[in-house]
Amino acid sequence: MSFLLAENMTGGYGATDILHDCTLRVEKGQIAVIVGPNGAGKSTAMKAVFGMLNLREGHVVLGGEDITRLSPQDRVAKGMGFVPQVNNVFPTMSVQENLEMGAFLRDDDFSDTMEQVFDLFPILKDKRHQNAGELSGGQRQQVAVGRALMTQPRLLMLDEPTAGVSPIVMDELFDRIIEVARTGISILMVEQNARQALEIADMGYVLVQGANKYTDTGAALLADPEVRRTFLGG
Amino acid sequence: MDILNALVAVLNYVVIPASSYGAQLALGALGVTLIYGILRFSNFAHGDTMAFGTAFTILFTWAFQAMGLSLGPLPTALIALPFGIAVTAGLVLLTDRMVYSYYRRVRAAPVILVMVSVGVMFVMNGLTRFIIGVDEIQFADGARFVISAREFRAATGLAEPLSLRSSQVITLVAAALVVWALFWFLNRTRTGKSMRAFSDNEDLALLSGINPNRVVAVTWVIAAALATTAGVLYGLDKSFKAFNYFQLLLPIFASAIVGGLGNPLGAIAGGFIIAFSEVGVTYAWKKVLGYLAPAGLEPEGLMQLLSTEYKFAVSFAILIIVLLFKPTGLFKGKAV
Repeated sequence: MSFLLAENMTGGYGATDILHDCTLRVEKGQIAVIVGPNGAGKSTAMKAVFGMLNLREGHVVLGGEDITRLSPQDRVAKGMGFVPQVNNVFPTMSVQENLEMGAFLRDDDFSDTMEQVFDLFPILKDKRHQNAGELSGGQRQQVAVGRALMTQPRLLMLDEPTAGVSPIVMDELFDRIIEVARTGISILMVEQNARQALEIADMGYVLVQGANKYTDTGAALLADPEVRRTFLGG
Repeated sequence: MDILNALVAVLNYVVIPASSYGAQLALGALGVTLIYGILRFSNFAHGDTMAFGTAFTILFTWAFQAMGLSLGPLPTALIALPFGIAVTAGLVLLTDRMVYSYYRRVRAAPVILVMVSVGVMFVMNGLTRFIIGVDEIQFADGARFVISAREFRAATGLAEPLSLRSSQVITLVAAALVVWALFWFLNRTRTGKSMRAFSDNEDLALLSGINPNRVVAVTWVIAAALATTAGVLYGLDKSFKAFNYFQLLLPIFASAIVGGLGNPLGAIAGGFIIAFSEVGVTYAWKKVLGYLAPAGLEPEGLMQLLSTEYKFAVSFAILIIVLLFKPTGLFKGKAV
């Protein structure tokens, strides 16, 4: 059974449904990527997994435990880490304080986790006493990912981590995400840069109008002429 | 000698009074700015929270005086202060539970919360008057002066007197201690950092597992402590009158906004800016200029820019100027 199994999700923010029978799976230590056109419900699907909207149907199972009824905060305690697309750092707090806040729920000594984050993103160690709001876009994303890693999540969810960063920084971020996955953390990611994201994805989900349109390995989706023509621009 | 006399006159009539008034405003503004940063509304009841806290501190002071407790040269009110803070904290927590929590739950717009706080202000004001009355109350005891005017003149031989009241020294020392403790709490402790995180980015704070109810409760307790301390220091320095604290609201808000709402450092700077402008503009500079101006050029008028009755116009003018030209304040707070 998959580590994360979000099956038949149907629901939305208000009366109308945005997601229609949408299913997402992530295996342990693998990277799953959600791509699709604007307004396809990519972010909504991820928020549904994280419990930020009410599902009318379907359920979310994490590591064999049904968490469909839990609040986002409780899901964090269960091992989910979430990096929102925007406003994902505490701007007037230092990099180190941002990481400390990520570990707020932990009572144990988290200094080794912080060292791991600094090993992953060495630039953050140099800037640990600088306010997160003064960093560049790419560095801020690193702080955001680092903050989420501080809870030692088993599933890390990233909502468009490369939005608004330069191509070079994007490649570097993707490299780091692969490194995170190698440590055994499962990753679920929404991406606008579909081609690059599918290149690093073990599993790809193409959503259209809140429903699964194509589901396959990243490589297979990249090779599929239909997917290439309709979503990847040839 | 003339320069020394002028210096002493400025110290005595401007620097010393403005410093202690500035410290009182800074403490008040810190409370306002903290509430604004974390609960995201301008708390109009803050002035009357000060009055309520001071009233209870006075009641405890009387009780301790009746029991024969005394701090010697220091006012008895300082022993009563923690008890006054405790009662005030209880009242604001009760108010939060009964009034504000509902508006948070329905996610009311900030302007609605401001109006709600105006209602709370009237209730607190009535409560204070009901409990302690509307008369002017002097509750300072202990030594009155650190340096008295007569001693100073006898010791230095200068024409100008210099007096330093103990309430002024206590105000400055207490304010410095409170500010130090507050910054230590906000920057060094886990709870303090979680409050700053909550103020910075509420959604992300929730995602990080920070308990909003706890942050709100701690904020109210700190605001009550700041308000009571500021109110008691003001009352010791001048006198207690239930209505006076309502009038302090304007300079306090002006201080918080000049410094940048939500920014504690700004609140302190703002307090002193407002206090020094208010005292400086309403002080009659004739005497000082008389010492400094060359012979024959002494000013004939009072050299007073505004009469003291208009002192609130100063905060108001500064407030308007800041809102027009730098709405985020000098220290980059949140835009109003």
